[in-house]
Amino acid sequence: MHDQGKVIAGIVIFLIVVLFPIWYTGAFGDFTPPNLDPVTDAKECVKDKATMTAWHMDLLNEWRNDVVRNNDRGPVLIAGKEWEKSLTRTCLGCHGSYRKFCHKCHTYADVKPDCWQCHVVPEER
Amino acid sequence: MEDRKPDAEGAVEKDVSRRGFLAASGAVAIAIGCGGPILAALASARSSTKEDGPRWAMVVDTRKCEEKGDCMACSLACHQTHNVPEIDSKKEEIKWIWKEPYKHAFLGQEAEHMRHGLKELPITVMCNHCENPPCVRVCPTQATFQREDGIVLMDMHRCIGCRYCIVACPYGSRSFNWKDPWPRGDDNEPVDSPPNPDFPTRMRGVVEKCNFCAERLGTDQGPACVEACECEALIFGDLNDPESEVRLLLEEELSQRRRPELGTNPHVFYLV
Ligand code: HEC
Ligand code: HEC
Ligand code: HEC
Repeated sequence: MHDQGKVIAGIVIFLIVVLFPIWYTGAFGDFTPPNLDPVTDAKECVKDKATMTAWHMDLLNEWRNDVVRNNDRGPVLIAGKEWEKSLTRTCLGCHGSYRKFCHKCHTYADVKPDCWQCHVVPEER
Repeated sequence: MEDRKPDAEGAVEKDVSRRGFLAASGAVAIAIGCGGPILAALASARSSTKEDGPRWAMVVDTRKCEEKGDCMACSLACHQTHNVPEIDSKKEEIKWIWKEPYKHAFLGQEAEHMRHGLKELPITVMCNHCENPPCVRVCPTQATFQREDGIVLMDMHRCIGCRYCIVACPYGSRSFNWKDPWPRGDDNEPVDSPPNPDFPTRMRGVVEKCNFCAERLGTDQGPACVEACECEALIFGDLNDPESEVRLLLEEELSQRRRPELGTNPHVFYLV
C-alpha cells in the first residue's frame, strides 16, 4: 500500500460531505417543533394526541374512502359528541384555524397537501 | 448431433411428441390470451347493484317540463350546489344537468313525422347512472365506480384525467376541467368564492359529472334539481321500493330512455 494516507483522507472527506445533512442539523439544526395551539375549546381529538400527530393523514384517507367509496359518512364519536367524517366540517370545525394550526406545522415539516385545490378552507375563528 | 443418433422409430416418436408439445403449448397460449379477457368480460357484464337496499332512479316528465319552455331552474340549482363554474366556451364548459333538443337527446328515436315541435323540444339530460356503465369499465384507476345503490360516482381523489370515460360515455354526460375552475390565491383561498363552500370544488385535470346528489342523499335530502323544479317534472326515488313514486309512474306510463340499443340500461326515464 503506497497511498494509504491519501485513501484514508479521501474516505474521511467523502464521509464528511455525504453526511453533511446529518451532522449539520445535529450540530446547528433547530429540532423544536412549533409550539402549537390546536385552536379549540375541546379537550380531545379523534384519537389520542400522539396518534393524531403521526397518523392524521391516514385517518383522513380512511374517512375519504369511507365517505366517497363506501357511502359511510359517520357519525364518529369524539368525547361523547357525534361528528361526521369530514375534512372541513369536522377537523376544521373543531380546530378553529387552518393557518395557525395545520398550516403552521406543515410549513415547519415542509408538507404541502393538495386538498385545498378543491376543499374550501372554512373561515378562521 | 453425434450423441443423439436415434434409431428410425425413436426419431418418429420424438417428432410426434414435439408436434404434440407445440400444439399443446399453442392451445395453452390461446387459452391464457383469450380466456382472461373473456372471463373478465363475463364478470364485469354483471353490474354491482344489489336487489335489496335502494336502486336510485330519476323520471323526467317532459310534458310538465315543456310548460316552462326555457326554464333552467334545475340546472342553476345543481350548478350552485356543486360549485360548477360557468365557462363561456363550448369546448371548456362544465355541465352536470342541462337541456338538449329532442333530436339530439334521442338520436335515432325521432321519426320523420312527429308531434309538432317535438324534435326541437329541449329535453333535460344528465348522467344516466347506467346499470352497465361503460365509463366504469374503461376507468384505469377505478376513480369512477358504481355503488350498490346504482349511483355511478366519481372519486375525485383518484381521477388522473385520462378522459377514457369521456370517450366511453355515449351521452356526453362528462366534462373535463381544462383549467382550474376556482383558482386559488395565496393561503389556498379561492379567488372568487364558490357558491357552496361545503362541497369541494374540482381542480384542473379531473373529470366530473352528475352524482345524483350522493352528498345530499347521505343526509336524507333529495337531489337539488328535483327540489328546484317548480313544475314537478323531475321525480327521484327508489326503484326497488314498489310503493315509490318513480316505480308507480313507470308501471302506469310509457317511458323511454336514451340510446337503449347500446345496452347500458340507463336509470333516467323520460315520459314524452
Ligand atoms: C372535537 C374537536 C376536534 C376534532 C373534531 C379534531 N381535533 Fe385534532 N385536536 C383536538 C384537540 C383538543 C387536540 C389537542 C390534544 C391534546 O393536546 O391532547 C388536537 C390535536 C391534534 C393534532 C396534534 C397536534 C400536535 O400538537 O401534535 C393533530 C395533528 C390534529 N389534532 C389533527 C386533526 C385532524 C386531521 C382532524 C380531523 C380528522 C382533527 N384533528 C379533528 C381537537 C379536535
Ligand atoms: C404536528 C404537526 C402537524 C399538524 C398540527 C398537522 N399536520 Fe398534517 N402533516 C404533518 C406531517 C409531518 C405530514 C407529512 C407526513 C408524511 O408525509 O408522511 C402531514 C401530512 C398531512 C396530509 C397528507 C399530505 C399529503 O400530501 O398526502 C394531510 C391531508 C394533512 N397533513 C392534513 C392536516 C390537517 C387538516 C391538519 C389540521 C387539522 C393537520 N394536517 C395538522 C404534520 C402536521
Ligand atoms: C380534485 C378535487 C379534490 C381534491 C384535490 C381533494 N378532494 Fe377530498 N373530496 C372531493 C370531493 C368532490 C369530495 C366529495 C364530497 C362529498 O361527497 O360530500 C371529497 C370528499 C372528501 C372527504 C369526505 C367528505 C368531506 O366533506 O370531507 C374527505 C375526508 C376528503 N375528501 C379528504 C381529502 C384530503 C385529505 C385531500 C388532500 C390530501 C383531498 N380530499 C383532496 C374533492 C377533492
